Amino acid sequence: MTQNILVYIDHFQGSPSSASWEAVGAAKTLAGELGASVTAIVVGAGVEAIAKEAITYGADSGVVADHAEFAEFRPEPYADALSKIAAEADVLLFPTSGRTRELAAMVAVDLDTGISPDVVAMEIDGGAVLSTRPIYAGKLLSKVITREKRPQILTLRSRAFPKPDPDDSRSGDVSSADIAPGEILTKVDGYSEAETGVSLSDAAVIVSGGRGVSNNPSLTPPDDITDEKEQEVWRAQAGFKLIGELAETLNAAVGASRAAVDAGYIPYVNQVGQTGKVVSPDLYIAAGISGAIQHLAGMRTAKTIVAINKDGEAPIFKLARFGIVGDLFEIVPALTQALREKLDK
Amino acid sequence: MNIVVCVKQTPDTAATVTVEDGKVSWGDAPLVLNPWDEFAVEEALRLKEAHGGEVTAISLGSEGATEALKQALAMGCDKAILVSDPNFSGLDSLQVSRVLAEAVKKVGEVDLLFFGRASVDSDTGITGSQVARRLGWPALTLVAAIKAIDPGAKTISVERMLEEGRQLVSGPIPAVMSVVKEINEPRYPSFMGIRKASKAEIPVWSGGDIGLTETLESAVTWPEVFAPPKIETQCEFVEGDTPVEIATKLVDRLVEEKVI
Ligand SMILES: Cc1cc2nc3c(=O)[nH]c(=O)nc-3n(C[C@H](O)[C@H](O)[C@H](O)COP(=O)(O)OP(=O)(O)OC[C@H]3O[C@@H](n4cnc5c(N)ncnc54)[C@H](O)[C@@H]3O)c2cc1C
Ligand SMILES: Nc1ncnc2c1ncn2[C@@H]1O[C@H](COP(=O)(O)O)[C@@H](O)[C@H]1O
Repeated sequence: MTQNILVYIDHFQGSPSSASWEAVGAAKTLAGELGASVTAIVVGAGVEAIAKEAITYGADSGVVADHAEFAEFRPEPYADALSKIAAEADVLLFPTSGRTRELAAMVAVDLDTGISPDVVAMEIDGGAVLSTRPIYAGKLLSKVITREKRPQILTLRSRAFPKPDPDDSRSGDVSSADIAPGEILTKVDGYSEAETGVSLSDAAVIVSGGRGVSNNPSLTPPDDITDEKEQEVWRAQAGFKLIGELAETLNAAVGASRAAVDAGYIPYVNQVGQTGKVVSPDLYIAAGISGAIQHLAGMRTAKTIVAINKDGEAPIFKLARFGIVGDLFEIVPALTQALREKLDK
Repeated sequence: MNIVVCVKQTPDTAATVTVEDGKVSWGDAPLVLNPWDEFAVEEALRLKEAHGGEVTAISLGSEGATEALKQALAMGCDKAILVSDPNFSGLDSLQVSRVLAEAVKKVGEVDLLFFGRASVDSDTGITGSQVARRLGWPALTLVAAIKAIDPGAKTISVERMLEEGRQLVSGPIPAVMSVVKEINEPRYPSFMGIRKASKAEIPVWSGGDIGLTETLESAVTWPEVFAPPKIETQCEFVEGDTPVEIATKLVDRLVEEKVI
């Protein structure tokens, strides 16, 4: 019997994530090996266009659960809908996000099946999907398989699978699953200061700063800042301004070490590492970061790492492809300038 | 308020973990309270201090796996319970969530059930949502702040940390919450707390105690663990007389290597 692979398309208020298309691409590869079909599932309000878009990325067909009350994501009603749609599926793939982690977890309970989150590789083993996922903050990898139960649920780490190019000539059916949400217990009251700029998890390039970003004694804070701690944060902000300018030139996201976050230089959402975000960009530039094991846990899979540090012995250089031993307050602006000239910005 | 915190015992994050004979080994690194769970314990204690009540820490683990619970007691939890049964070893999250949900039911009337964001060993971060689903309670995951809680009206409103920003959500209690590190600064156990914890007798609940005597079958298996291939990088140090020269050389190299 042909297997069927479902891919859940993750979106924030109607904007699908780029990792969703990576998941469609990965599903397509699996489908080739299993002789299966790929169906994109979208739950939301007015989301038919998203299902059509999924077809351009490689899905054969789409199913939408469309209802005004699905406008704002809540895991419980979404899980109710998805568990109905996916009950007979062989494989259910998700792109990993805060939303899909809880959604996938709940669907696994509903359908009494296994789940493998944060998958970085997949292969077929005896007709089932054998996945590989990092454990112990990436210090080890584990293979995971759901042998008997169906569907096999996997969430794929962003940027672990290539994003296919969309093909507008592809077509397929989009049908509607007639599902209305039941009573929804929670209410979304709003959002406060949404993060601006490029998101860390999706970024192809990341420029990160660490504790070294405050280390510029030649900068004199204004007279009204007398507290030593506040002076340090003031200096760090000057440093992160340079980091930000470099990031902007490269269309990159800004990251940070925990030391920088804990010292109040930059918000926690920017933290990379074991207790922050795990990222896998093509290029990671670390400035003023020593390279503690917990930081490396969050960025060691970056394709190319560039380290800028005053201390030539800093452990970050062990992982770096390119290293500059020097003061980031001199190197970072020079780098921004050189890039602007090269990239004609 | 009656608050339960689920805590897991994990190796210290600074441990060097390796694979020996196909099994994970962390040498003689100590086992500790999962660092993420410290934030959950702290938040539970703060709520108790503000509203009265009791905090119970529950851990599912092998016999004698009481380090995490002792740490939770030392921080100030009133009770600790180890759920342990030969039938419960090596379970996946599907079954762990089942065991924890049954243990919570046995505790009785619970208002809030706390989880850490994820275990630092398995890095899964799904158990809280799964327990919530089993109990039929709303799941408020990745909570960065509790904005308001009304134990009388049985309502709660929280701020959650999403990729897109902070989301404000309200709902009824009982509820399940998983917390992120922004929520608080966990306290260090006091000297008195540590003494009290070291003397505490921690009750053990078996499968029979929570009504789970049938064999629990994990849905997933882990056929292999292995160390990632060593990334062989030779760091190429870019040098020059001035920052401009160094920067220009680096940009040229990045272009040559097709990085940018
Ligand atoms: C349970 C646990 C979880 C953790 N999780 C994380 C995590 O998720 N992410 C994380 O990053 N850390 C994490 N840590 C912390 C980690 O152990 C380190 O303390 C932290 O990464 C250090 O940050 P840093 O490199 O910015 O600071 P430091 O180690 O202080 O390094 C600063 C570096 O800047 C250099 N420097 C100083 N001035 C300049 C200058 N002007 N120009 C150039 N270079 C300069 C110095 O030579 C030094 O190498 C965790 C720790 C624990 C215990
Ligand atoms: N064996 C366990 N006993 C008690 N709580 C657990 C156990 N495993 C996981 N948890 C809780 O579930 C959270 C998420 O764990 P995980 O889904 O394993 O990443 C942890 O932070 C703990 O709060």
